[in-house]
Amino acid sequence: MNRKLICIVCPKGCEISVEYNEATKEIIKMTGQACRRGEEYARAECISPTRMLTTTVRIKGGGLLPVRTDKPVPRGLMFECMKAINRAEAPRDAKVGDVIIPNILGTGSDIIATANA
Amino acid sequence: MSEINNTKRALVIIGAGPAGMSAAVAAYDHGIRDILIIERDSAPGGILRQCIHNGFGLHTFKEELTGPEFAYRFEQQVRDRGIEIKLSTMVLDITPQRVVTVINEQEGIYTIEAGAIILAMGCRERAKGALNIPGTRPSGIFSAGTAQKYVNMHGYMPGREVVILGSGDIGLIMARRMTLEGAVVKAVCEIMPYSGGLIRNIEQCLNDFDIPLLLSHTVVKLHGRARLTGVTIAEVDAQRRPIESTKKFIQCDTLLLSVGLIPENELSKSADVVLDRMTGGAEVDEFRQTSSEGIFACGNVLHVHDLADFAADEGAIAGRAAVDYLMGKIKPERRIRIQTDGRVRYTVPQYIAGEGDVTLYYRVSNIYKNATVGIYEGERKLLRRKKIKLAPGEMETITLPASLIESITGDTIRIGLEEDK
Repeated sequence: MNRKLICIVCPKGCEISVEYNEATKEIIKMTGQACRRGEEYARAECISPTRMLTTTVRIKGGGLLPVRTDKPVPRGLMFECMKAINRAEAPRDAKVGDVIIPNILGTGSDIIATANA
Repeated sequence: MSEINNTKRALVIIGAGPAGMSAAVAAYDHGIRDILIIERDSAPGGILRQCIHNGFGLHTFKEELTGPEFAYRFEQQVRDRGIEIKLSTMVLDITPQRVVTVINEQEGIYTIEAGAIILAMGCRERAKGALNIPGTRPSGIFSAGTAQKYVNMHGYMPGREVVILGSGDIGLIMARRMTLEGAVVKAVCEIMPYSGGLIRNIEQCLNDFDIPLLLSHTVVKLHGRARLTGVTIAEVDAQRRPIESTKKFIQCDTLLLSVGLIPENELSKSADVVLDRMTGGAEVDEFRQTSSEGIFACGNVLHVHDLADFAADEGAIAGRAAVDYLMGKIKPERRIRIQTDGRVRYTVPQYIAGEGDVTLYYRVSNIYKNATVGIYEGERKLLRRKKIKLAPGEMETITLPASLIESITGDTIRIGLEEDK
């Protein structure tokens, strides 16, 4: 598979072209990157992209609490994570940093509060 | 009711967002204790409270935080120092003599005489885009920040099928947010041939969800009676005029506008503060002192920043300078105005009043590759810096060392841009 992506490691914004094998997760060819960090970024983006997820969760009894993943989760699981978070409720006394959902979808990432309820 | 009699304060800061709280902390650490922050909302944090996405704090705290977490760190610093914040309190007026008129439910209306004032009121969203679009005036048209507040703080979805006009960062962030919450974002239209948003937001908010970014496109007509039923979009030519043959209808129930931010300077005007037409904020020197003595400005009320971290940095500059002013240490002896060449659209500060190193923050008016930024007095080169890439969406800095400032003989210098051959 071929992909073109814009590197976000630094403001230079290199346009990197990657040819890779989706099945074996091997990079066949990469052009356009100006540095090593760009190469690593492009590799991760093609082979196993991850993202921080930020959203809100209902507080028991009313109101919304902003939350985030404490570590990035696989990009392909973002909508599944949203479903799980939208079914959950945070306690009324939740504080910044409290774990609201541990190990969401077995990713090893916790959903934590980013404000006091 | 005891506060009512307490009508004199050394330093009054208006706004408890990142700039205002950072200014308060810096002022306290620089030696004064009599500080009052006035905030119209019921909690400190400013716009950060609704910016639940990550990307804050990398510069200030060396870790990636969300808006509420970033605000919380500053709130803790303010509380740890015992700095007073008056919440749900509105400033109605400031005079050039620094008399502040405030109002709240508990104390009614009263005045405070301030030794120094720091303006940190932030900015508001530009709504102009809506007025220039022909068609009907149905419901379903929101500024991106308003939609952000509905979704993130009140839990309401503004709509299900969305078109976004303008590719500013808030619009990009809301494209992702609405998508995650189940809406379909059909397109982001940007009238310019480039996006005003950060590259990482285009990658992570649009490309991740296959949301098309239509550059050189705008919304030319609104449809629907009670509720928006769709928009007509069109490509624009080099003069930004819609091209008739490219008109296309997109069905949607919601249009979000992300067409820029404007510093909120109504109070500054009442204090006779001279504003810069390019930034929409006050004209300041490197201490962030405005044309009205003892009144300082920082954060998005001064000029719109790319990152809350930078607004907070500027708050710290203003906070320390306000203390120096109160201690009689700032006595501007001259004023060197900084002119721009148009390619450099603006600088902050707009003039130099002191003798130390001065860092100029500037924005360019177009995308330039391989260019040189130079500062000149007449034909004399003071400083030149090569840049690989400059874009209107990314604020740049250049520092003039004290030794060079000392060598300036006149009262104006010029900053300009040359594209390398």
